[in-house]
Amino acid sequence: MQPVLLVEGLAKEFFLHEQRKTIPSCSNVCLESRQGKLTAIVGPTGAGKSSVLKCIYRTYLPSAGRIMFRDRSGQSTDLARADEHQMLRLRQREVGFVTQFLNCLPRKSALDVVAEPLISAGVNRTAARTSAGDMLARLAVPERLWCVPPATFSGGEKQRVNLARGLISRPRLLLLDEPTASLDPGTTDLAVKLIETLKEDGVAMIAIFHQPDLVRRLADDVVELAPPMVVKDNNKECLS
Amino acid sequence: MSNRILEVCGLSRIYGSGCPLCVESTGPENDTNICPHCGSVVAVHGVSFDLFRGEILGIIGESGSGKSSTVKMLYFDDTPTAGEAVFFDNGERHELFRQNAAQQRSLRNKRFGMVYQNPHLGLNFQVSAGGNIAERLLMSDLAHYGEIRRRAQELLLRTEVLPERMDQNPKTFSGGMQQRVQIAKALVTRPPLLFLDEVTTGLDLSVQAAILDLILEIQQELNTAMIVVTHDLGVIRLLAGRTLVMKHGRVVEAGLTDQILEDPQHAYTQRLVASSL
Repeated sequence: MQPVLLVEGLAKEFFLHEQRKTIPSCSNVCLESRQGKLTAIVGPTGAGKSSVLKCIYRTYLPSAGRIMFRDRSGQSTDLARADEHQMLRLRQREVGFVTQFLNCLPRKSALDVVAEPLISAGVNRTAARTSAGDMLARLAVPERLWCVPPATFSGGEKQRVNLARGLISRPRLLLLDEPTASLDPGTTDLAVKLIETLKEDGVAMIAIFHQPDLVRRLADDVVELAPPMVVKDNNKECLS
Repeated sequence: MSNRILEVCGLSRIYGSGCPLCVESTGPENDTNICPHCGSVVAVHGVSFDLFRGEILGIIGESGSGKSSTVKMLYFDDTPTAGEAVFFDNGERHELFRQNAAQQRSLRNKRFGMVYQNPHLGLNFQVSAGGNIAERLLMSDLAHYGEIRRRAQELLLRTEVLPERMDQNPKTFSGGMQQRVQIAKALVTRPPLLFLDEVTTGLDLSVQAAILDLILEIQQELNTAMIVVTHDLGVIRLLAGRTLVMKHGRVVEAGLTDQILEDPQHAYTQRLVASSL
């Protein structure tokens, strides 16, 4: 079976105009992601793990390499070069991203925040809210909080809302950036079970976990990134 | 069928007599939009972009960058000195700047909506809130009194303006409520294209949140394409899928909004993002 995503020679560096400095983030990253499998990215802090995910989602513009994504219709697109409208369409229907932080409108209830990806994909509001309730229940978010905006929630509760929102639309490819970072062991276990269900449903996943036991439990493949390189200073000879 | 609703190409506006050196002597590289040779202001130069149905496009930049001038030309509040814009509507192609005044008026009244930063530009303070909405419906050829009143009531309710205030003059309303009446007025004809010019600037934070929430809900409900002009990066982050960054009348960078905010490429965008977040 062909991979859902094939990354070849991916590199990302940032050029800071004001400081005239180039900051390398990751280089020559190769990985693939298959239906129903989870690929874990591991490596020390600053190795560029999040940068890889952000390049795939095109929050970062890749500096080099190819990111070939095969969509549901079997068509391949190089995400490193796709135009913005193509990316928006893929984000709405095929590629999901769960980050560590919840970014949502201040007044919206947790239920509406979670239901939103389904509504924007065309599901009717009532059905979307029912699925959102089901997702929040599976992550043990107490029902009394469903109608409250998540701004007032604790870190762990926000993270659960974020996870529920990311997992609800069952994309073809799901990117997870430390999805269990601020969860207690009990809730982490619930999240892991949910991720396992998604694997069974055939969702391809690329994830960053800091806990080695989660990598052992969930990952089918592990890609290790090298430690960060030295910053290139365009003013001076070098700067460590 | 293409999903494109608007295509803008090389839009330019120079205030003043202009001279052959205006364009090359201004812009981000020269750090000015005033021509040193003739004193003309190059408010907008060579702006090109497209907009898809139901899409929200953000335009950011500091005061004087040309972002408001750009939408004002598209809404026929101002006339460009050069450039083209095509509006695609129900299988028809409208070349905006080649139309006569009556055709432009018809598009403005029926197919476009505009919400200004200053409610005095968007609302008629001689009539009630409901009257403002009725005015727009009358201009779009609806003449049945009962129907007009019903539509006005429905829209005011949708934009959270209390029904009992419908017959009051909007000058007695708070800034946030005036903006909501403006939004209701702009949307009552269900236009496929809406321009929003700094709609939340000057409002307090809770009212800002309510207005942004309303705009997003309406976009999802009516699939309205929108161009949102703002200098507030938070507004862009919450509303727009794609963003143009303008400086001294030029587009210096265009991209997905999260990319513009997290991986800005142009020196100006990097400075803007670094000083705002």
